[in-house]
Amino acid sequence: MHIHFLDPYQGGHSPIHRTDARVKLVLSVGFILTTALIPIGVWPIYVLLFAMVISFVILSGVGVGYVLKRAALAFPFVLAALPLIFTTPGLQLFSLTLGTWEIPVTLPGVERFFSIALKSWISVQAAILLTATTQFPDILTAMRAVRVPRLLVAIIGLMWRYLFVLADEALRLIRARAARSGEAEIPGHRKGGRIAWRAQTAGGMAGNLFLRSIERSDRIYVAMLSRGYDGEVRSMPLPKLEASNWIELILGGGILILLVVLSLLIWE
Amino acid sequence: MLLSPVAMHIPDGFLSVLVSIVLWIVSIVIVGYALKRVGKDLGERQVPLMGVLAAAIFAGQMLNFAVAGGTSGHLMGAAIATILMGPWAAILIMTSVVSIQALIFQDGGLLVLGANIFNMAIVGVAVAYMAYRTVLRITGNVKRGILIGGFVAAWFSIEIASLSVAMQLVFSGTSPAKLAIPAMAGVHALIGIGEGLITVGALAFLLSARPDLVKFGGTRPIGGRLVWLVGLLVTLALVIASPLASTRPDGLEWVAKQNGFLETARGPLYRIIPDYLVPGISSEALATIAAGILGTAIVLGVSLGVAYSRRNRQTSGG
Repeated sequence: MHIHFLDPYQGGHSPIHRTDARVKLVLSVGFILTTALIPIGVWPIYVLLFAMVISFVILSGVGVGYVLKRAALAFPFVLAALPLIFTTPGLQLFSLTLGTWEIPVTLPGVERFFSIALKSWISVQAAILLTATTQFPDILTAMRAVRVPRLLVAIIGLMWRYLFVLADEALRLIRARAARSGEAEIPGHRKGGRIAWRAQTAGGMAGNLFLRSIERSDRIYVAMLSRGYDGEVRSMPLPKLEASNWIELILGGGILILLVVLSLLIWE
Repeated sequence: MLLSPVAMHIPDGFLSVLVSIVLWIVSIVIVGYALKRVGKDLGERQVPLMGVLAAAIFAGQMLNFAVAGGTSGHLMGAAIATILMGPWAAILIMTSVVSIQALIFQDGGLLVLGANIFNMAIVGVAVAYMAYRTVLRITGNVKRGILIGGFVAAWFSIEIASLSVAMQLVFSGTSPAKLAIPAMAGVHALIGIGEGLITVGALAFLLSARPDLVKFGGTRPIGGRLVWLVGLLVTLALVIASPLASTRPDGLEWVAKQNGFLETARGPLYRIIPDYLVPGISSEALATIAAGILGTAIVLGVSLGVAYSRRNRQTSGG
């Protein structure tokens, strides 16, 4: 089994795919920032933001279902905000009775909880759209353009290049463990050994993985040296942003600012 | 996501803008310093070693072991990275891991990436370093000390990082202090044991296969004292502040209010009732309905446009 399925990039020829990665990165982060800036409970703006994401997803052709399904993966974290329903002071809607406990459910609490959940959900969709339509080397270029240190970009780039190699390595380790019946999770089967023993086995695998990685990095370093690497990270000069890119940036930024202003007006 | 070991990657939308930006600035400064430091220590080996080890930590998070009732223990990796590579390199490794998780797998948000780097790469590493050095100083540089130090470092890095997450959620007004802090601390006290056991297993393997790699006891990394101190201060601050915040949340919530975080809650009762019962309903509901219609029109327009252009291309392309 290979782990290439991990790569979330969905090839295509849509206008979204063709947009410069720098524009996409800046506008995606801008969109998420805008979403974060909208106050609690301004539903009309949430609806508009959601419509914006969905229309870009449709334009990109990666599939609305795909994006919505992946966006649901971030949902468990919503638990962190769930208590707000009960603890935010305000108009009481009704109360749950748990045995002898009476837990009030308040309107501002419900409003706050759903606002946070919805804003988070919309933001995740924007990030998914970015990665589904942008190849990782282009994201690296965009990171360079927004002044992420060159060295860090080089490290992250190299990490990406070996991510799949090492994930495959980890899968081989897991398969070897399964074959030797130290299997972690087959329902209904007796688990081998005590928990501490199983943890030690997993730890041994992790140690093994690190050892192989350190040795691999030695080989990579030698290979880089023999191709003339001298410690300097060199990269192609960034292509100039064209007029059309600037127009996209200004237009997108303008709409986002407009939405923030509008939300403040509605909210007041 | 399937590779996420702990509930520690904060998604977008859960932290206030102010908290996100402050933590971005802190993270940028510290990671920038770490880049300089590691460049001095490792020189040109830096890029391949850091890159491959970051990939290894990422892949290592797939290794799990069954605990009970379908749950399993995982690795976060800050402690093992710190023990093997020293704090500065570990900060870079964990920063790369957290960034890729956010950029590619949406495991953690983009606006809150600074906060996630702060929690996992900076707090996690500094605390692991502090705990490991402290244990080694007591036991001396022997095998038993390294293993105990590994467990303690792993447990503390998870626990303190989770307290840091909880505090940020409280400061952002996303979670009430009296529930979030004990819940995060309790869950991660258990997760930390899993992390500790795996870390010990990995160290035991490396000690018998390549003892020279677990070199920490011998050479002390430059600037180590500073990291130790920072780790200690962060640990003390969070350990002291958390119970205070969860038993007496008023102080913290007062701070949050002063900063205007909770302002967005439209809190006071007297505003809610007129808003919702008499005049508010019409304007707010109308605005939502109007936005809904507009939004639907946009989506419909785009999908019709896309469908139309596709059909055109198909008919013209044959």
